[in-house]
Amino acid sequence: MALDTAPKGWRSVARYSMLTIVALFILFPVYTTVIAALKPGNRVLDNPLLPNAFTLDVLKDAWTQGRLGRYLMNTTVVALIITSVQLVTSIASAYAFSFLKFPLKRLVFGIFLSTMLVPLEVTLVINRRTIDSLGWLNSFQGLTVPFVATAFGTFLLRQVFMQIPPDLREAAQMDGLGHWGFMKEVAIPLVRPTLGALGLFSFLSSWNQYLWPSLITTEDDMNTVQTGLRHLASSDLDKPNLIMAGTIIAAVPILIVLVVFQKQLVRGLTAGAVKG
Amino acid sequence: MAIKTSRLRDIPLAFAMLGPSLLVLLTFVLYPLGKAVWLGQQTCDVQGKNCKSVGWGQYTTVIKSDQFQHALWVTVKFALITVPIGLALGVGLAVLADKQLRGMRFFRTIFSSTIATSVAVASLMWLFLLQPSIGVLANLGWLHDIFPVIKEPGLLKDSGTALWSVGISSIWANLGFTFILVTAGLQSVPKEMHESAYVDGAGGWMRFTNVTLPLISPTLLFTTVVLTSRAFQAYGEMDLLTNGGPIPQDSTTTVTYLIYGSSSIIKNNDGLQAAVAVLLFVILLALSALQFRGFGKRVHYGS
Repeated sequence: MALDTAPKGWRSVARYSMLTIVALFILFPVYTTVIAALKPGNRVLDNPLLPNAFTLDVLKDAWTQGRLGRYLMNTTVVALIITSVQLVTSIASAYAFSFLKFPLKRLVFGIFLSTMLVPLEVTLVINRRTIDSLGWLNSFQGLTVPFVATAFGTFLLRQVFMQIPPDLREAAQMDGLGHWGFMKEVAIPLVRPTLGALGLFSFLSSWNQYLWPSLITTEDDMNTVQTGLRHLASSDLDKPNLIMAGTIIAAVPILIVLVVFQKQLVRGLTAGAVKG
Repeated sequence: MAIKTSRLRDIPLAFAMLGPSLLVLLTFVLYPLGKAVWLGQQTCDVQGKNCKSVGWGQYTTVIKSDQFQHALWVTVKFALITVPIGLALGVGLAVLADKQLRGMRFFRTIFSSTIATSVAVASLMWLFLLQPSIGVLANLGWLHDIFPVIKEPGLLKDSGTALWSVGISSIWANLGFTFILVTAGLQSVPKEMHESAYVDGAGGWMRFTNVTLPLISPTLLFTTVVLTSRAFQAYGEMDLLTNGGPIPQDSTTTVTYLIYGSSSIIKNNDGLQAAVAVLLFVILLALSALQFRGFGKRVHYGS
Protein backbone atom coordinates (compact mmCIF):
# COMPACT_ATOMS: atom_id res chain seq x y z
CA MET A 1 0.00 0.00 0.00
CA ALA A 2 0.97 3.58 -0.50
CA LEU A 3 0.92 4.36 3.22
CA ASP A 4 4.64 4.10 3.78
CA THR A 5 5.88 5.92 0.75
CA ALA A 6 7.46 9.30 1.35
CA PRO A 7 5.07 11.82 2.87
CA LYS A 8 4.97 14.95 0.75
CA GLY A 9 5.70 18.56 1.53
CA TRP A 10 6.17 20.05 4.95
CA ARG A 11 5.94 16.74 6.77
CA SER A 12 9.15 15.49 5.30
CA VAL A 13 10.81 18.89 5.72
CA ALA A 14 9.89 18.74 9.39
CA ARG A 15 11.24 15.22 9.69
CA TYR A 16 14.52 16.05 7.96
CA SER A 17 15.01 19.10 10.19
CA MET A 18 14.39 17.00 13.30
CA LEU A 19 16.76 14.30 12.07
CA THR A 20 19.45 16.87 11.37
CA ILE A 21 19.13 18.61 14.72
CA VAL A 22 19.28 15.32 16.60
CA ALA A 23 22.23 14.13 14.53
CA LEU A 24 24.13 17.34 15.35
CA PHE A 25 23.48 16.87 19.06
CA ILE A 26 24.74 13.29 18.94
CA LEU A 27 27.84 14.22 16.98
CA PHE A 28 28.70 17.26 19.12
CA PRO A 29 31.13 15.44 21.49
CA VAL A 30 32.77 13.76 18.49
CA TYR A 31 33.12 17.12 16.75
CA THR A 32 34.81 18.83 19.70
CA THR A 33 37.11 15.82 20.11
CA VAL A 34 38.23 15.82 16.48
CA ILE A 35 38.79 19.58 16.46
CA ALA A 36 40.89 19.47 19.61
CA ALA A 37 42.98 16.57 18.34
CA LEU A 38 43.87 18.54 15.21
CA LYS A 39 44.94 21.71 17.02
CA PRO A 40 48.39 22.49 18.40
CA GLY A 41 48.56 22.72 22.18
CA ASN A 42 48.59 26.51 22.47
CA ARG A 43 45.36 26.89 20.45
CA VAL A 44 43.15 24.21 22.03
CA LEU A 45 41.37 26.42 24.49
CA ASP A 46 40.76 29.52 22.41
CA ASN A 47 37.46 29.00 20.68
CA PRO A 48 37.05 25.27 21.31
CA LEU A 49 34.14 25.12 18.86
CA LEU A 50 36.05 26.37 15.83
CA PRO A 51 38.71 24.58 13.77
CA ASN A 52 40.96 27.66 13.68
CA ALA A 53 44.27 25.79 13.55
CA PHE A 54 45.41 22.53 12.03
CA THR A 55 48.19 20.06 12.69
CA LEU A 56 48.67 16.30 12.51
CA ASP A 57 51.55 16.36 14.97
CA VAL A 58 49.34 15.72 17.98
CA LEU A 59 48.00 12.50 16.47
CA LYS A 60 51.62 11.46 15.78
CA ASP A 61 52.60 12.34 19.36
CA ALA A 62 49.71 10.32 20.75
CA TRP A 63 50.80 7.34 18.69
CA THR A 64 54.46 7.41 19.73
CA GLN A 65 54.94 9.42 22.90
CA GLY A 66 51.41 8.67 24.16
CA ARG A 67 52.13 5.00 23.28
CA LEU A 68 48.78 4.41 21.59
CA GLY A 69 50.57 2.20 19.05
CA ARG A 70 51.75 -0.10 21.79
CA TYR A 71 48.35 -0.15 23.51
CA LEU A 72 46.57 -0.95 20.23
CA MET A 73 48.88 -3.87 19.61
CA ASN A 74 48.27 -5.26 23.11
CA THR A 75 44.53 -4.92 22.73
CA THR A 76 44.51 -6.55 19.30
CA VAL A 77 46.43 -9.53 20.63
CA VAL A 78 44.13 -9.85 23.65
CA ALA A 79 40.91 -9.50 21.64
CA LEU A 80 42.01 -11.94 18.93
CA ILE A 81 43.11 -14.58 21.44
CA ILE A 82 39.89 -14.33 23.44
CA THR A 83 37.70 -14.36 20.33
CA SER A 84 39.32 -17.28 18.55
CA VAL A 85 39.66 -19.49 21.61
CA GLN A 86 36.09 -18.62 22.67
CA LEU A 87 34.78 -19.73 19.29
CA VAL A 88 36.63 -23.05 19.51
CA THR A 89 35.58 -23.82 23.08
CA SER A 90 31.99 -22.79 22.37
CA ILE A 91 31.73 -25.01 19.28
CA ALA A 92 33.27 -27.92 21.15
CA SER A 93 31.05 -27.70 24.19
CA ALA A 94 27.89 -26.93 22.19
CA TYR A 95 28.62 -29.96 20.02
CA ALA A 96 29.11 -32.18 23.05
CA PHE A 97 25.81 -31.05 24.57
CA SER A 98 23.97 -31.58 21.28
CA PHE A 99 25.37 -34.78 19.81
CA LEU A 100 27.22 -36.76 22.47
CA LYS A 101 25.73 -39.09 25.00
CA PHE A 102 27.32 -39.07 28.43
CA PRO A 103 26.21 -39.35 32.03
CA LEU A 104 25.35 -36.23 34.08
CA LYS A 105 24.77 -34.24 30.91
CA ARG A 106 21.91 -32.25 32.42
CA LEU A 107 23.94 -31.41 35.49
CA VAL A 108 26.92 -30.21 33.46
CA PHE A 109 24.64 -28.17 31.22
CA GLY A 110 23.06 -26.67 34.34
CA ILE A 111 26.51 -25.68 35.59
CA PHE A 112 27.19 -23.95 32.27
CA LEU A 113 23.89 -22.09 32.36
CA SER A 114 24.29 -21.01 35.97
CA THR A 115 27.50 -19.15 35.11
CA MET A 116 25.45 -16.83 32.92
CA LEU A 117 23.77 -15.46 36.05
CA VAL A 118 27.03 -14.30 37.59
CA PRO A 119 28.04 -10.76 36.62
CA LEU A 120 31.71 -10.07 35.97
CA GLU A 121 31.88 -7.42 38.68
CA VAL A 122 31.09 -10.03 41.34
CA THR A 123 33.93 -12.41 40.48
CA LEU A 124 36.79 -10.02 39.82
CA VAL A 125 37.66 -9.48 43.49
CA ILE A 126 38.64 -13.13 43.70
CA ASN A 127 39.94 -13.46 40.14
CA ARG A 128 42.49 -10.76 40.83
CA ARG A 129 43.76 -12.87 43.75
CA THR A 130 43.78 -16.01 41.58
CA ILE A 131 45.71 -14.30 38.79
CA ASP A 132 48.14 -12.87 41.34
CA SER A 133 48.80 -16.29 42.84
CA LEU A 134 49.39 -17.72 39.35
CA GLY A 135 51.95 -14.96 38.78
CA TRP A 136 49.92 -13.61 35.86
CA LEU A 137 49.61 -9.95 36.81
CA ASN A 138 50.77 -7.78 33.88
CA SER A 139 50.60 -10.64 31.41
CA PHE A 140 48.64 -11.71 28.36
CA GLN A 141 47.58 -14.88 30.20
CA GLY A 142 46.01 -12.77 32.91
CA LEU A 143 44.18 -10.62 30.38
CA THR A 144 42.83 -13.52 28.33
CA VAL A 145 42.56 -16.85 30.17
CA PRO A 146 39.58 -15.97 32.42
CA PHE A 147 37.51 -15.20 29.31
CA VAL A 148 38.37 -17.98 26.88
CA ALA A 149 35.20 -19.96 27.60
CA THR A 150 31.65 -18.69 27.58
CA ALA A 151 28.35 -20.26 28.50
CA PHE A 152 26.58 -17.67 26.35
CA GLY A 153 28.40 -18.83 23.21
CA THR A 154 27.84 -22.48 24.07
CA PHE A 155 24.15 -21.87 24.61
CA LEU A 156 23.74 -19.84 21.40
CA LEU A 157 25.43 -22.48 19.22
CA ARG A 158 23.61 -25.34 20.92
CA GLN A 159 20.30 -23.69 20.00
CA VAL A 160 21.30 -23.95 16.33
CA PHE A 161 22.74 -27.46 16.63
CA MET A 162 19.49 -28.67 18.16
CA GLN A 163 17.71 -27.83 14.90
CA ILE A 164 19.62 -30.63 13.15
CA PRO A 165 17.28 -33.65 13.13
CA PRO A 166 18.70 -36.64 15.07
CA ASP A 167 17.97 -38.80 12.00
CA LEU A 168 20.55 -36.86 10.06
CA ARG A 169 23.22 -37.63 12.62
CA GLU A 170 22.25 -41.32 12.57
CA ALA A 171 22.27 -41.48 8.79
CA ALA A 172 25.66 -39.83 8.71
CA GLN A 173 26.94 -42.31 11.26
CA MET A 174 25.75 -45.22 9.11
CA ASP A 175 27.57 -43.74 6.16
CA GLY A 176 30.66 -43.97 8.28
CA LEU A 177 30.91 -40.25 9.04
CA GLY A 178 32.47 -39.85 12.47
CA HIS A 179 31.96 -36.93 14.83
CA TRP A 180 34.83 -34.97 13.36
CA GLY A 181 33.48 -35.36 9.82
CA PHE A 182 29.93 -34.56 10.87
CA MET A 183 31.08 -31.46 12.67
CA LYS A 184 33.06 -30.25 9.65
CA GLU A 185 30.53 -31.14 6.96
CA VAL A 186 27.18 -30.50 8.66
CA ALA A 187 27.29 -28.79 12.03
CA ILE A 188 29.78 -25.96 11.48
CA PRO A 189 28.44 -24.83 8.08
CA LEU A 190 25.03 -24.55 9.71
CA VAL A 191 26.22 -22.27 12.51
CA ARG A 192 28.47 -20.08 10.37
CA PRO A 193 26.18 -16.97 10.56
CA THR A 194 25.83 -17.41 14.32
CA LEU A 195 29.61 -17.79 14.63
CA GLY A 196 30.00 -14.45 12.86
CA ALA A 197 27.73 -12.69 15.32
CA LEU A 198 29.30 -14.45 18.29
CA GLY A 199 32.80 -13.68 17.07
CA LEU A 200 32.02 -10.00 16.66
CA PHE A 201 30.37 -9.88 20.08
CA SER A 202 33.42 -11.51 21.74
CA PHE A 203 35.81 -9.25 19.90
CA LEU A 204 33.96 -6.06 20.87
CA SER A 205 33.48 -6.99 24.48
CA SER A 206 37.09 -8.06 24.96
CA TRP A 207 38.35 -4.97 23.14
CA ASN A 208 36.20 -2.74 25.35
CA GLN A 209 37.05 -4.34 28.68
CA TYR A 210 37.95 -1.70 31.21
CA LEU A 211 37.62 -2.88 34.81
CA TRP A 212 39.53 -6.17 34.54
CA PRO A 213 42.65 -4.85 32.78
CA SER A 214 42.75 -1.90 35.17
CA LEU A 215 42.77 -4.36 38.10
CA ILE A 216 45.65 -6.55 36.92
CA THR A 217 47.81 -4.11 34.95
CA THR A 218 50.37 -1.95 36.70
CA GLU A 219 53.11 -1.84 34.03
CA ASP A 220 52.58 0.61 31.20
CA ASP A 221 53.88 -1.96 28.68
CA MET A 222 50.87 -4.18 29.33
CA ASN A 223 48.18 -1.51 29.11
CA THR A 224 45.33 -2.13 26.70
CA VAL A 225 43.86 0.75 24.75
CA GLN A 226 41.26 1.34 27.45
CA THR A 227 43.60 1.36 30.43
CA GLY A 228 46.17 3.16 28.30
CA LEU A 229 43.72 6.00 27.77
CA ARG A 230 43.22 6.12 31.50
CA HIS A 231 46.96 6.37 31.97
CA LEU A 232 47.19 9.10 29.33
CA ALA A 233 44.34 11.08 30.90
CA SER A 234 45.85 10.97 34.36
CA SER A 235 49.42 11.81 33.34
CA ASP A 236 48.72 14.43 30.66
CA LEU A 237 45.60 16.28 31.78
CA ASP A 238 47.29 19.53 30.83
CA LYS A 239 47.38 18.38 27.19
CA PRO A 240 43.72 17.91 26.29
CA ASN A 241 44.55 17.76 22.57
CA LEU A 242 46.88 14.81 23.17
CA ILE A 243 44.19 12.98 25.16
CA MET A 244 41.61 13.65 22.46
CA ALA A 245 44.00 12.44 19.78
CA GLY A 246 44.49 9.25 21.80
CA THR A 247 40.73 8.89 22.09
CA ILE A 248 40.33 9.09 18.32
CA ILE A 249 43.10 6.57 17.68
CA ALA A 250 41.42 4.24 20.16
CA ALA A 251 38.00 4.58 18.55
CA VAL A 252 38.88 4.27 14.86
CA PRO A 253 39.67 0.51 14.74
CA ILE A 254 36.32 -0.36 16.29
CA LEU A 255 34.53 2.01 13.95
CA ILE A 256 36.10 0.17 11.00
CA VAL A 257 35.24 -3.24 12.44
CA LEU A 258 31.63 -2.16 12.92
CA VAL A 259 31.27 -0.77 9.42
CA VAL A 260 32.65 -3.99 7.94
CA PHE A 261 30.58 -6.29 10.15
CA GLN A 262 27.33 -4.30 10.31
CA LYS A 263 25.14 -7.30 9.55
CA GLN A 264 26.66 -9.48 12.25
CA LEU A 265 26.27 -6.65 14.74
CA VAL A 266 22.52 -6.28 14.35
CA ARG A 267 22.13 -10.03 14.24
CA GLY A 268 24.13 -10.45 17.41
CA LEU A 269 22.50 -7.64 19.36
CA THR A 270 18.99 -8.73 18.53
CA ALA A 271 19.65 -12.43 19.24
CA GLY A 272 17.94 -12.05 22.59
CA ALA A 273 15.74 -9.09 21.88
CA VAL A 274 13.32 -9.91 19.13
CA LYS A 275 11.08 -12.89 19.00
CA GLY A 276 11.79 -15.53 16.35
CA MET B 1 22.15 -52.35 26.67
CA ALA B 2 23.02 -50.89 23.29
CA ILE B 3 22.17 -47.44 24.64
CA LYS B 4 24.34 -48.06 27.64
CA THR B 5 27.45 -48.85 25.60
CA SER B 6 27.05 -45.84 23.32
CA ARG B 7 26.58 -43.71 26.40
CA LEU B 8 29.93 -44.85 27.67
CA ARG B 9 31.69 -44.73 24.33
CA ASP B 10 31.23 -40.97 24.00
CA ILE B 11 32.64 -40.21 27.43
CA PRO B 12 36.30 -39.59 26.47
CA LEU B 13 35.28 -37.35 23.58
CA ALA B 14 32.75 -35.45 25.72
CA PHE B 15 35.42 -34.99 28.36
CA ALA B 16 37.87 -33.62 25.83
CA MET B 17 35.32 -31.24 24.33
CA LEU B 18 33.80 -29.96 27.56
CA GLY B 19 36.88 -30.10 29.76
CA PRO B 20 38.54 -26.81 28.76
CA SER B 21 35.33 -24.77 29.01
CA LEU B 22 34.36 -26.40 32.26
CA LEU B 23 37.79 -25.74 33.75
CA VAL B 24 37.67 -22.04 32.85
CA LEU B 25 34.07 -21.53 33.99
CA LEU B 26 34.66 -23.33 37.28
CA THR B 27 37.93 -21.49 38.00
CA PHE B 28 36.90 -17.99 36.97
CA VAL B 29 33.13 -17.86 37.53
CA LEU B 30 31.82 -20.39 40.03
CA TYR B 31 34.84 -20.73 42.30
CA PRO B 32 35.21 -16.94 42.70
CA LEU B 33 31.51 -16.66 43.50
CA GLY B 34 31.75 -19.26 46.24
CA LYS B 35 35.07 -17.90 47.46
CA ALA B 36 33.68 -14.36 47.55
CA VAL B 37 30.81 -15.51 49.78
CA TRP B 38 33.39 -17.05 52.14
CA LEU B 39 35.84 -14.16 52.01
CA GLY B 40 32.94 -11.80 52.77
CA GLN B 41 33.01 -12.94 56.40
CA GLN B 42 36.77 -12.61 56.73
CA THR B 43 39.22 -9.85 57.30
CA CYS B 44 42.66 -9.71 55.70
CA ASP B 45 45.76 -7.57 56.01
CA VAL B 46 46.34 -4.72 53.52
CA GLN B 47 48.13 -7.06 51.11
CA GLY B 48 45.02 -9.26 51.07
CA LYS B 49 46.89 -12.08 52.84
CA ASN B 50 46.41 -13.82 56.22
CA CYS B 51 42.63 -13.74 56.11
CA LYS B 52 40.76 -14.67 59.29
CA SER B 53 37.06 -15.27 59.82
CA VAL B 54 35.25 -12.57 61.74
CA GLY B 55 31.79 -14.09 61.40
CA TRP B 56 28.84 -13.76 59.06
CA GLY B 57 27.81 -10.66 60.95
CA GLN B 58 30.22 -8.81 58.66
CA TYR B 59 27.53 -8.92 55.97
CA THR B 60 25.02 -7.31 58.33
CA THR B 61 27.59 -4.71 59.28
CA VAL B 62 28.12 -3.88 55.62
CA ILE B 63 24.39 -3.69 54.89
CA LYS B 64 23.88 -1.37 57.84
CA SER B 65 26.87 0.83 57.05
CA ASP B 66 26.33 4.37 55.79
CA GLN B 67 28.86 3.82 53.00
CA PHE B 68 27.05 0.83 51.51
CA GLN B 69 23.61 2.38 51.81
CA HIS B 70 24.87 5.59 50.28
CA ALA B 71 26.50 3.70 47.36
CA LEU B 72 23.32 1.73 46.79
CA TRP B 73 21.26 4.91 46.75
CA VAL B 74 23.68 6.54 44.29
CA THR B 75 23.45 3.45 42.08
CA VAL B 76 19.65 3.50 42.15
CA LYS B 77 19.63 7.21 41.31
CA PHE B 78 22.09 6.58 38.49
CA ALA B 79 19.83 3.85 37.08
CA LEU B 80 16.75 6.08 37.46
CA ILE B 81 18.53 8.80 35.50
CA THR B 82 20.07 6.71 32.75
CA VAL B 83 17.52 3.96 32.04
CA PRO B 84 14.24 5.87 31.45
CA ILE B 85 15.90 8.76 29.61
CA GLY B 86 18.10 6.45 27.57
CA LEU B 87 15.17 4.24 26.62
CA ALA B 88 12.89 7.16 25.75
CA LEU B 89 15.58 8.77 23.60
CA GLY B 90 16.33 5.46 21.89
CA VAL B 91 12.66 4.89 21.07
CA GLY B 92 12.28 8.49 19.91
CA LEU B 93 15.26 8.24 17.59
CA ALA B 94 14.17 4.87 16.23
CA VAL B 95 10.65 6.13 15.48
CA LEU B 96 12.06 9.28 13.88
CA ALA B 97 14.30 7.19 11.62
CA ASP B 98 11.69 4.50 10.89
CA LYS B 99 10.60 5.82 7.49
CA GLN B 100 11.74 4.89 4.03
CA LEU B 101 13.16 8.26 3.06
CA ARG B 102 16.13 9.26 0.97
CA GLY B 103 19.25 9.56 3.11
CA MET B 104 17.83 7.63 6.03
CA ARG B 105 20.75 5.20 6.04
CA PHE B 106 23.02 8.16 6.71
CA PHE B 107 21.00 9.26 9.75
CA ARG B 108 20.74 5.71 11.03
CA THR B 109 24.51 5.37 10.87
CA ILE B 110 24.93 8.54 12.91
CA PHE B 111 22.32 7.47 15.47
CA SER B 112 24.03 4.08 15.86
CA SER B 113 27.51 5.56 15.96
CA THR B 114 27.99 5.81 19.71
CA ILE B 115 28.03 2.02 19.89
CA ALA B 116 31.58 2.26 18.56
CA THR B 117 32.74 4.08 21.69
CA SER B 118 34.11 2.12 24.61
CA VAL B 119 33.46 3.44 28.07
CA ALA B 120 36.93 4.98 28.15
CA VAL B 121 36.53 6.70 24.78
CA ALA B 122 33.06 8.05 25.59
CA SER B 123 34.06 9.20 29.08
CA LEU B 124 37.14 11.05 27.87
CA MET B 125 35.13 12.81 25.16
CA TRP B 126 32.74 14.00 27.87
CA LEU B 127 35.60 14.81 30.24
CA PHE B 128 36.87 17.21 27.60
CA LEU B 129 33.41 18.80 27.37
CA LEU B 130 32.73 19.08 31.10
CA GLN B 131 36.08 19.50 32.85
CA PRO B 132 36.19 22.95 34.54
CA SER B 133 39.66 24.09 33.42
CA ILE B 134 40.43 22.37 30.10
CA GLY B 135 36.81 21.64 29.18
CA VAL B 136 35.01 22.99 26.13
CA LEU B 137 31.97 24.29 28.00
CA ALA B 138 34.10 26.03 30.61
CA ASN B 139 35.94 27.87 27.85
CA LEU B 140 32.81 29.27 26.27
CA GLY B 141 32.53 32.62 28.00
CA TRP B 142 28.83 33.24 27.32
CA LEU B 143 27.84 29.80 28.58
CA HIS B 144 29.51 29.91 31.97
CA ASP B 145 28.20 33.44 32.43
CA ILE B 146 24.72 31.94 32.36
CA PHE B 147 25.64 28.77 34.30
CA PRO B 148 28.55 29.64 36.59
CA VAL B 149 28.61 26.08 37.96
CA ILE B 150 30.33 24.99 34.70
CA LYS B 151 33.47 26.83 35.75
CA GLU B 152 33.17 27.02 39.51
CA PRO B 153 33.40 24.32 40.76
CA GLY B 154 32.62 22.50 37.48
CA LEU B 155 29.79 20.17 36.54
CA LEU B 156 31.79 17.10 37.55
CA LYS B 157 32.93 18.65 40.83
CA ASP B 158 29.62 20.00 42.10
CA SER B 159 27.80 17.47 44.23
CA GLY B 160 24.48 18.55 42.75
CA THR B 161 25.42 18.05 39.10
CA ALA B 162 28.14 15.36 39.16
CA LEU B 163 25.86 12.31 38.97
CA TRP B 164 23.75 13.91 36.24
CA SER B 165 26.84 14.73 34.23
CA VAL B 166 28.16 11.19 34.45
CA GLY B 167 24.65 9.98 33.63
CA ILE B 168 24.44 12.08 30.48
CA SER B 169 27.79 10.77 29.29
CA SER B 170 26.56 7.24 29.94
CA ILE B 171 23.21 7.81 28.19
CA TRP B 172 25.06 9.15 25.17
CA ALA B 173 27.40 6.15 25.12
CA ASN B 174 24.50 3.68 25.26
CA LEU B 175 22.27 5.52 22.81
CA GLY B 176 23.57 3.74 19.71
CA PHE B 177 22.95 0.37 21.31
CA THR B 178 19.39 1.27 22.33
CA PHE B 179 18.67 2.78 18.92
CA ILE B 180 19.81 -0.36 17.05
CA LEU B 181 17.76 -2.65 19.28
CA VAL B 182 14.56 -0.60 19.07
CA THR B 183 14.96 -0.14 15.31
CA ALA B 184 15.20 -3.90 14.87
CA GLY B 185 12.09 -4.24 17.03
CA LEU B 186 10.19 -1.71 14.95
CA GLN B 187 11.16 -3.46 11.75
CA SER B 188 9.67 -6.69 13.03
CA VAL B 189 6.23 -5.04 13.42
CA PRO B 190 4.13 -6.23 10.46
CA LYS B 191 3.11 -3.39 8.13
CA GLU B 192 -0.47 -4.69 7.93
CA MET B 193 -0.94 -3.92 11.63
CA HIS B 194 -0.33 -0.25 10.96
CA GLU B 195 -2.44 -0.23 7.85
CA SER B 196 -5.48 -1.78 9.47
CA ALA B 197 -5.22 0.65 12.40
CA TYR B 198 -4.91 3.46 9.88
CA VAL B 199 -8.00 2.25 8.06
CA ASP B 200 -9.80 2.12 11.43
CA GLY B 201 -9.08 5.82 11.73
CA ALA B 202 -6.38 5.71 14.39
CA GLY B 203 -4.14 8.79 14.38
CA GLY B 204 -0.34 8.75 14.56
CA TRP B 205 -0.03 8.92 18.35
CA MET B 206 -2.79 6.36 18.87
CA ARG B 207 -1.19 3.98 16.40
CA PHE B 208 2.09 4.42 18.24
CA THR B 209 0.71 3.75 21.74
CA ASN B 210 -1.88 1.11 20.82
CA VAL B 211 -0.13 -0.80 18.05
CA THR B 212 3.59 -0.13 17.94
CA LEU B 213 4.45 -0.02 21.66
CA PRO B 214 2.70 -3.28 22.60
CA LEU B 215 4.24 -5.05 19.63
CA ILE B 216 7.78 -3.97 20.48
CA SER B 217 7.33 -4.58 24.21
CA PRO B 218 9.61 -7.67 24.20
CA THR B 219 12.37 -5.49 22.74
CA LEU B 220 11.65 -2.77 25.31
CA LEU B 221 11.80 -5.28 28.14
CA PHE B 222 15.09 -6.70 26.93
CA THR B 223 16.57 -3.21 26.47
CA THR B 224 15.39 -2.11 29.91
CA VAL B 225 16.94 -5.16 31.55
CA VAL B 226 20.26 -4.66 29.76
CA LEU B 227 20.38 -0.91 30.46
CA THR B 228 19.53 -1.45 34.12
CA SER B 229 22.20 -4.05 34.62
CA ARG B 230 24.69 -1.81 32.80
CA ALA B 231 23.75 1.06 35.11
CA PHE B 232 24.29 -1.13 38.17
CA GLN B 233 27.66 -2.29 36.87
CA ALA B 234 28.87 1.06 35.57
CA TYR B 235 32.43 1.72 36.61
CA GLY B 236 34.60 3.30 33.91
CA GLU B 237 32.55 6.50 33.81
CA MET B 238 33.02 7.11 37.50
CA ASP B 239 36.67 6.12 37.42
CA LEU B 240 37.50 8.54 34.61
CA LEU B 241 35.10 11.43 35.18
CA THR B 242 34.73 11.85 38.92
CA ASN B 243 36.70 9.19 40.84
CA GLY B 244 33.55 8.55 42.80
CA GLY B 245 33.56 12.17 43.96
CA PRO B 246 33.18 14.96 44.60
CA ILE B 247 34.26 14.33 48.16
CA PRO B 248 33.12 14.42 50.90
CA GLN B 249 29.64 13.67 49.56
CA ASP B 250 30.93 10.83 47.31
CA SER B 251 28.15 11.80 44.93
CA THR B 252 29.10 9.27 42.25
CA THR B 253 30.34 6.38 44.39
CA THR B 254 28.16 3.56 43.10
CA VAL B 255 28.25 0.03 44.51
CA THR B 256 30.66 -1.13 41.79
CA TYR B 257 32.89 1.89 42.42
CA LEU B 258 32.78 1.16 46.14
CA ILE B 259 34.21 -2.31 45.44
CA TYR B 260 36.90 -1.44 42.89
CA GLY B 261 37.43 2.31 42.89
CA SER B 262 40.95 3.62 43.46
CA SER B 263 39.65 6.19 45.94
CA SER B 264 37.14 3.88 47.60
CA ILE B 265 37.19 3.69 51.36
CA ILE B 266 37.50 -0.12 51.25
CA LYS B 267 40.09 -0.40 48.49
CA ASN B 268 42.59 -2.19 50.71
CA ASN B 269 40.12 -4.50 52.40
CA ASP B 270 39.53 -7.69 50.41
CA GLY B 271 37.00 -9.05 52.89
CA LEU B 272 34.73 -6.03 52.67
CA GLN B 273 35.16 -5.86 48.89
CA ALA B 274 34.03 -9.48 48.62
CA ALA B 275 31.07 -8.85 50.91
CA VAL B 276 29.91 -5.87 48.83
CA ALA B 277 30.43 -7.87 45.60
CA VAL B 278 28.23 -10.68 46.94
CA LEU B 279 25.56 -8.15 47.92
CA LEU B 280 25.76 -6.66 44.41
CA PHE B 281 25.17 -10.15 43.01
CA VAL B 282 22.09 -10.63 45.18
CA ILE B 283 20.76 -7.20 44.20
CA LEU B 284 21.24 -7.86 40.48
CA LEU B 285 19.56 -11.27 40.71
CA ALA B 286 16.58 -9.83 42.58
CA LEU B 287 16.38 -6.96 40.14
CA SER B 288 16.20 -9.09 37.00
CA ALA B 289 13.67 -11.44 38.61
CA LEU B 290 11.59 -8.39 39.52
CA GLN B 291 11.80 -6.88 36.05
CA PHE B 292 10.80 -10.08 34.31
CA ARG B 293 7.90 -10.67 36.68
CA GLY B 294 6.52 -7.16 36.92
CA PHE B 295 7.11 -5.98 33.41
CA GLY B 296 6.87 -9.47 31.90
CA LYS B 297 3.14 -9.74 32.54
CA ARG B 298 2.46 -6.74 30.37
CA VAL B 299 4.75 -7.80 27.56
CA HIS B 300 3.05 -8.89 24.38
CA TYR B 301 4.83 -11.85 22.77
CA GLY B 302 2.25 -12.43 20.07
CA SER B 303 0.44 -15.70 19.65
